[in-house]
Amino acid sequence: MHYLVPPGLYAIGNPGPEAPVIVTANYKMSYDLVRRALAGRHLWLLVLETFGINVWCAAGKGSFGTDELANRIGKTALSGVVTHRRLILPILGAPGVAAHEVKRRTGFSVAYGTIRAEDLPEYLDNGELATAAMRQLSFTWYERLVLIPVEMVLVLKSVSLVGAALYLGATLLGGDHAAATALTGYLGAVFTGIAVAPLLLPVLPGKSFAVKGALAGFAYSAAFYALGGGANWSWPVTLACFLAFTAVAAFYMLNFTGCTTYTSRSGVQKEMRLGIPVMGSALLIALLLVLAGRLF
Amino acid sequence: MKGFSYLEGVATLDLDQSLCIGCGRCLEVCPHQVIEMRAGHACLADRDACMECGACARNCPVAALRVAAGVGCASGLINEWFRARKIPGFGGGGSCG
Repeated sequence: MHYLVPPGLYAIGNPGPEAPVIVTANYKMSYDLVRRALAGRHLWLLVLETFGINVWCAAGKGSFGTDELANRIGKTALSGVVTHRRLILPILGAPGVAAHEVKRRTGFSVAYGTIRAEDLPEYLDNGELATAAMRQLSFTWYERLVLIPVEMVLVLKSVSLVGAALYLGATLLGGDHAAATALTGYLGAVFTGIAVAPLLLPVLPGKSFAVKGALAGFAYSAAFYALGGGANWSWPVTLACFLAFTAVAAFYMLNFTGCTTYTSRSGVQKEMRLGIPVMGSALLIALLLVLAGRLF
Repeated sequence: MKGFSYLEGVATLDLDQSLCIGCGRCLEVCPHQVIEMRAGHACLADRDACMECGACARNCPVAALRVAAGVGCASGLINEWFRARKIPGFGGGGSCG
């Protein structure tokens, strides 16, 4: 599959030398969104080489950056195409681009327009002034929902490996039925951390993602206990299930920080410093409980 | 951000107001409205909302803003941890390329 658009200068409609220049990444989805939003207008679209990565991630990595922008302006001979010296960049590209550097190196001044491509028409009609709403990030229920399938595909390999190991171990310790229960429980805990907790993000109490995930995981453990025949489990197995499923859900919810639009690096570091040892200990205790329950 | 807030007192964002020339660029690039203009100078009105993207520091023409910029992403940090210790099998591009 190809997600790349060749970098360069594109025309939307029939732009003249006075038409605005909008800058975007060469991720096909970014390019398509901008073009769709601006259909029926006449302007220039300067597409930077970000190797098929979206504006936000590319700005973080520096490929949507000052150097690439300055080079691309030179390569496309933009100064000969337009008479003005003004570029409109997406706000989420700002972490990679130093506007004053661009001005110094190319003579073009940078205006950061909007966060979303869909707001561009209103921005242009508003005399190229951004309203507060155009600068406001959001993280709606739907915006979270569309991330979940991607997250599931990303963990497919590791979850399959852990699931297989768990199934094998549980078969040896407790037989087929125990193995099926353990595997189902584990997959459910992963799903809780990857899908359920992210969807419930603003509803789950606390600010820490690990805590939110743990609470969802604990609730899931209780539901699994009630519906999965928990009354027949020995107490060490019951305790192990609650510990392990809670830890697994907490881990995957903590991982969801990578998808959000508001978690800081320092915050995630703090959560991991505190959370990862706790999750690891919970898993270890769960394992010891199951082994001990088997031996005594 | 409306309806969402993350851990308090962790953001590394700092502003040296004595350097600020009041150009307002930082207000333009911040996606979380952390910075406000008061009496011709930028000030950190909502520091806890900072996601450390680094846009303000990068675009400040007088380097009045400083932040340890990076992406707040657990799997990215795990990969970095493995990469720093040269443990093979990790340190790939990850979901963000």
